[in-house]
Amino acid sequence: MIAQHFPILQVVLPLLAAPVMVLLRSGRLAWALATAVSWAALGIALSLLAQVADGGVISYAIGSWPPPWGIEYRIDRVNAFVLVLVSLIAAVVIVYSRASVAAEVPEEQHYLFYTMYALCLAGLLGIAATGDGFNLFVFLEISALSTYVLIAMGRDRRALMASYQYLIMGTIGATFIVIGVGLLYLMTGTLNLADMALRLREVDEARPVLAALAFITVGVSLKLALFPLHLWLPNAYAYAPSAVTAFLAATATKVSVYVLLRFYYSVFGESAVFAALPMGRILLVLSLAAMFIASTVAVFQNDIKRMFAYSSVAQIGYITLGVSLDSTTGLTAGIVHLFNHALTKGALFLLLGGIALRLGGVRFDNIGGIARVMPVTSFGIVLGGLSLIGVPGTVGFVSKWYLVLAAFERGAWWLALLIVLSSLLAVIYVWRFVEAAYFREPGDAVAKFKEAPASMLVPAWFMVVGCIYFGLDTGLTVGGASQAAAELLGSGR
Amino acid sequence: MNAAGHFSYWITIFIAIAGLYIVVARGNLIKKLVGLSIFQTSVYLLYIAPGKLIGGTAPIIAQEFQIYSNPLPHVLILTAIVVGVATLALGLALVVRIKETYGSIEEDEILKQDESPSSEPH
Repeated sequence: MIAQHFPILQVVLPLLAAPVMVLLRSGRLAWALATAVSWAALGIALSLLAQVADGGVISYAIGSWPPPWGIEYRIDRVNAFVLVLVSLIAAVVIVYSRASVAAEVPEEQHYLFYTMYALCLAGLLGIAATGDGFNLFVFLEISALSTYVLIAMGRDRRALMASYQYLIMGTIGATFIVIGVGLLYLMTGTLNLADMALRLREVDEARPVLAALAFITVGVSLKLALFPLHLWLPNAYAYAPSAVTAFLAATATKVSVYVLLRFYYSVFGESAVFAALPMGRILLVLSLAAMFIASTVAVFQNDIKRMFAYSSVAQIGYITLGVSLDSTTGLTAGIVHLFNHALTKGALFLLLGGIALRLGGVRFDNIGGIARVMPVTSFGIVLGGLSLIGVPGTVGFVSKWYLVLAAFERGAWWLALLIVLSSLLAVIYVWRFVEAAYFREPGDAVAKFKEAPASMLVPAWFMVVGCIYFGLDTGLTVGGASQAAAELLGSGR
Repeated sequence: MNAAGHFSYWITIFIAIAGLYIVVARGNLIKKLVGLSIFQTSVYLLYIAPGKLIGGTAPIIAQEFQIYSNPLPHVLILTAIVVGVATLALGLALVVRIKETYGSIEEDEILKQDESPSSEPH
């Protein structure tokens, strides 16, 4: 009975939990409620994925107003995949954040932290679940505004400017998206994404539709930190609280990639975007620029969180590279890297948070010899780094494998070579960490440390184990991704 | 439609570019937020102006009213205005915190303070 309301409960549970947390005012109760809601969201997402696994589409009319006049929540295999990813990351990070937030955020702000966490989760789940263009913008802004608050709660005073810059850039991006949706609404008369796709075929005036595509592309690229619109990401990830960095790095950009895919394939249609326009080539060039330039900049960073933030920009380049290849294999590669990179970066930032718990900041000049006092954490970071490089046996390898396959399918041998070369750049910055952690003598400050607490190590290692497990047994991830890719390509025109 | 018929779109574009220019060209944090608000306002006009039909009324179901102007954009823009207000409020709260921390709301002064070695994380 209640299962038929799962699409809306997915979003409403975290959304309602937020004001309850404000009323509770207790950090501990707020954390307990946030954990309950995150795990409930994970359960609902898994149930929705099971329901659509055989190819059905769940169409839920909010308030029983039938689409296309009412707002529709439309769950198919693509967004069920994204829903499971976001709620899984949220469920893992919330367990971790008990100890992490206690150390990094002042006690009287804890309940506000968890309120914003719940709102961010509700926003991200709403973006993935909705089938209405304007509803998408609203949830995008909900998740964005709560993200700005979460980032500003960082210990370092530079978190404030980082949050402000992200606010300016993120709002411009969201406004571009709403301009695009507005132009589509003017041309088709509907806001329902599925209905828009049908009506766009009958539109004779092509230029506003083209302008809408351009606005939506630029707006979403800002949100997913596609080079060169990535400038907000390094500061935001570096100075935010550790739990926030892990949560954002694993979810926010991935959901924005989903928005891009939804608009490109389900609304505009593959032929309009990739055949009639050079969108594939544009994305290809920008992805390659991201992969190489961001990896190179990462090599020279002193702050380790910043280094991995630039690495995120490069990895997002891999995802958009897969999308730009516009084939089933390419799209599968992009979607599977969405999942794999979320696991990898989530694990890395969670483990770095364990170091930051003891050290304050995580920079190369103060983590010398840390492997001696925190061996489990350091080994976890090494495994995550191997996944970034794409060593066989880790999830990173799976994504790179499918990317190279997609490149070979197109006959682009040079592209496969470039993918391998950029992975070599990742070796450099991962080696920097290994050298600093394992081969230096621990300083006086480091020698006094113990390992990170279990409540932080267990979630972080859960994700590291996930990196290895899904790198060896790829049935679930690649299966889900290829089904999602087939669904996207099949629904187009 | 001629250029004069596109009057509302010209205004939309002008306001949008003016807002974006202010965000980019001004270093004062509050002025940037004002520019952002102006940019968001242009979007409201983009939605509402095409909804009005010549000779259209509010959707009243009666014999003498045949042509209706579209009421849906108004609803959408109310939502967008609320989003804009929330963004502006959050931005201003951040500026208050930045002023308390750095003592300035000029972007280049703030960035210069963070470049100096005394800005190590505490």
